[in-house]
Amino acid sequence: MPDYNFLVVEDSPTMRQLISFALKRIPGSKIIEASDGIDALKKLSTQKFDIILTDINMPIMDGLKLISMIRNDSAHKAIPIVIITTEGAEEDRKRGLALGANAYIAKPIQTADLLNIVNNILGNKG
Amino acid sequence: MMDKEPASISKKVEEFLQIFKKGEEFTQELLKENEKLRYRVAQLEEVTKFSDREGDFKLHTFEEKIKFLEDENKSLLERYRIVEEENKDFANRYVEVEAENNNLANLYVASYQLHSTLDFGESLKIILEIVMNLIGAEEFSIMMLDEKTNELTIVAQEGMGPEARAGVKLGDGILGAAAKSGEVFYREGDPTDLKGVDYLHPLVCIPLKIKEHVIGVIVMYKLLVQKRTFTNIDYELFTMLAGHAATALFSAKLYSQSERKLTTIQSFLDLLKEK
Repeated sequence: MPDYNFLVVEDSPTMRQLISFALKRIPGSKIIEASDGIDALKKLSTQKFDIILTDINMPIMDGLKLISMIRNDSAHKAIPIVIITTEGAEEDRKRGLALGANAYIAKPIQTADLLNIVNNILGNKG
Repeated sequence: MMDKEPASISKKVEEFLQIFKKGEEFTQELLKENEKLRYRVAQLEEVTKFSDREGDFKLHTFEEKIKFLEDENKSLLERYRIVEEENKDFANRYVEVEAENNNLANLYVASYQLHSTLDFGESLKIILEIVMNLIGAEEFSIMMLDEKTNELTIVAQEGMGPEARAGVKLGDGILGAAAKSGEVFYREGDPTDLKGVDYLHPLVCIPLKIKEHVIGVIVMYKLLVQKRTFTNIDYELFTMLAGHAATALFSAKLYSQSERKLTTIQSFLDLLKEK
């Protein structure tokens, strides 16, 4: 069974726990949580991740800045990124995807949708 | 001449007799052959009769077998149809269980977070997070009831404009009435049909109750652009918030009051010691 490392970047502990709960349903998943962009970059420097799931509106360093930094970093630029945010307008979605995110989910999240997107990125069927 | 003629006649008679005899022999042979053939025909007729009987028997057996197989086929098709129906039911049930499972996960996370702190400010922040992230509200507030003045005042809010009223008297308008009755208020019609945010007519007003005692309200005025309607889980969350958010805020308030009292008493004791 493959092991999948997920990095959940979210300032809200409630959302972090909810996203982690959903991801735990993927067999072999290991979830690391970060509360903002800087925290996420620290964790990225110490271990490898299969997918990064990030919020946009966060203190210290927001999600868009984080995506931009990851996509300009040769060591991490290939990691798939999923944005999970309350910003549901079409222009926000376009901006997020243009920065290099692989998928965009507007809150409130539906667990089934989140799992479908993550499984598609991982190449799983279920 | 006379002697020659009888001799010739005698020879002819003899020849005739020989021919006749041969004819007789031939006829005898033919009769025998005929007898043989008739016997053979009789034999063949017997065989044919038997074959026909056997054929009839086989045909009957095959017909029965075909009927049996057809019945079996029908029965299998019926069984297949039943199993397919059951399969569909199971698939639908699985989807329902999955949805229920996800709803329970949301409720678990929300209540877990609500009771994870005794800090009043943190409790308010968690309620804001739940209303925004799990329900999908864009403009909303938490109001607490001051029992001395009987007034609801905003203690935390998200996205609201300056025109929002800071305080509402118990019994006044929709908010005051909901707080007084303890009944959740839902605005009729499509929640996305806003026509501008109206702070006098909220979408939802949830009284925060400990048993029948109302300590405040959560009021939602506008949903996030991607949130089209309230779902079952939203109503479950409203019910959960009505009870658990009230308990969390009340406990946090009591805890901070007791902490303050403890600090005062401690300071008083320290003062006495110094004297």
